[in-house]
Amino acid sequence: MESLGELERTALEQLWDAAAPLTPGELRDRLATGDQRGLALTTVMTVLSRLEKKGFVARDRTVRPATYAPVSAREEYVAELMHDALGAAGDRTEALARFVGRASADETAALRRLLGLG
Amino acid sequence: MILAASLLAVLAVLLAWPVPLAVARSTWPDRAPGTALLLWQAIALAGVLSLLGSLLVAGLAPYGPHPIAALRVLTSDVGHGEIPPATSYASALALAAAVLLGVHLVLNLVATVIRTERQRARHRSLLLMLSAPMPEAPRTRLLDATAPIAYCLPGTARSLTVLSAGLLDLLTEQEVLGVVEHERAHLRQHHALVLVAFRAWRIALPWFPVARRAQHAVGLLTEMLADDQARRSVPDPVLARAIVVTSGGTGGEPVEDGPASDPVSVERRVRRLVSPAPIPAGVRIAVPVAALALVVVPPLLLALPAFAG
Repeated sequence: MESLGELERTALEQLWDAAAPLTPGELRDRLATGDQRGLALTTVMTVLSRLEKKGFVARDRTVRPATYAPVSAREEYVAELMHDALGAAGDRTEALARFVGRASADETAALRRLLGLG
Repeated sequence: MILAASLLAVLAVLLAWPVPLAVARSTWPDRAPGTALLLWQAIALAGVLSLLGSLLVAGLAPYGPHPIAALRVLTSDVGHGEIPPATSYASALALAAAVLLGVHLVLNLVATVIRTERQRARHRSLLLMLSAPMPEAPRTRLLDATAPIAYCLPGTARSLTVLSAGLLDLLTEQEVLGVVEHERAHLRQHHALVLVAFRAWRIALPWFPVARRAQHAVGLLTEMLADDQARRSVPDPVLARAIVVTSGGTGGEPVEDGPASDPVSVERRVRRLVSPAPIPAGVRIAVPVAALALVVVPPLLLALPAFAG
């Protein structure tokens, strides 16, 4: 795996897939089944603390060892991201430069005729 | 000074309404988007300068024939804790308006830049967790979504181009290349900077319909400029088809109708690719000259003693 950022993403995916909060050790074992061979526990801890700082995961300190769980479901983040990206989020979408806005079916049909696409 | 203040006021009114309306209605900007973008920037800058300038000159008029000398009189009197005896209600009001408007515009620009940066940072943070890097393309992320989506996320250090799986399904390799070149052009030409300035202008002046019109026009012009860069890599019909295909739907994703969905813009972008027309010779020379004149005139009116009568 090329970067810490990608490791964070894989770790978060594992936490989303897990049925219950995971300890760093459990997370390392889950990551080791994929292409993450020989991952040090300290690296997993670093990744988890970075994810916690970014607000993606929460740590439960009442148990020992502490466990980590995602703050929100994956679907919620996807919905937020798509809301921005598809231009439904008015003001926030202005922060992005999108390739095209959306046209209605009628207008698209007219444009397709213009291009001879049928 | 009354002459200078009046001339600046006339210029401010012209730039607030008839001039932007005429530019927005004309057809040459589609053929010369770079020149048109320059003109819009000049209109916005000169509009603000002349509005501020006319208030400032009117407010300073009682203190002397020349604005700069008058400002010196005012600051030295105020520095001594006195209000100059020549002050009238009207001049005090004009000065206060100039200062308030100036501060309002500057603070608004700063706030808009900060807010835009925050929104981008939030989006980037989500994006990095929800999209995969594309190994064959640097700084490009693949979003696992059925809707045909392509956009760029500007950033000071690391800007990203985002493509969706739905887009790659719909488009040919050549068309994808066109889309990617389009997004890269946005990043290379720093369109985000121009867009954030016009965004701030619109937010600062909500009672000026021209600000919204300008923001829309500038947004479309940057799309055309990016299209022109993409045309260097792919033939016009390929790019045109990519635009039409991607505008065609959301791939079954449920979305509300947002202000960004704008069929007219899509049509104008496609038309200029399908039937390109030469730039009128007049536009090529006259518009840059006019843009320069617009920016130079307000400071000249403030500074020239000839108008100090």
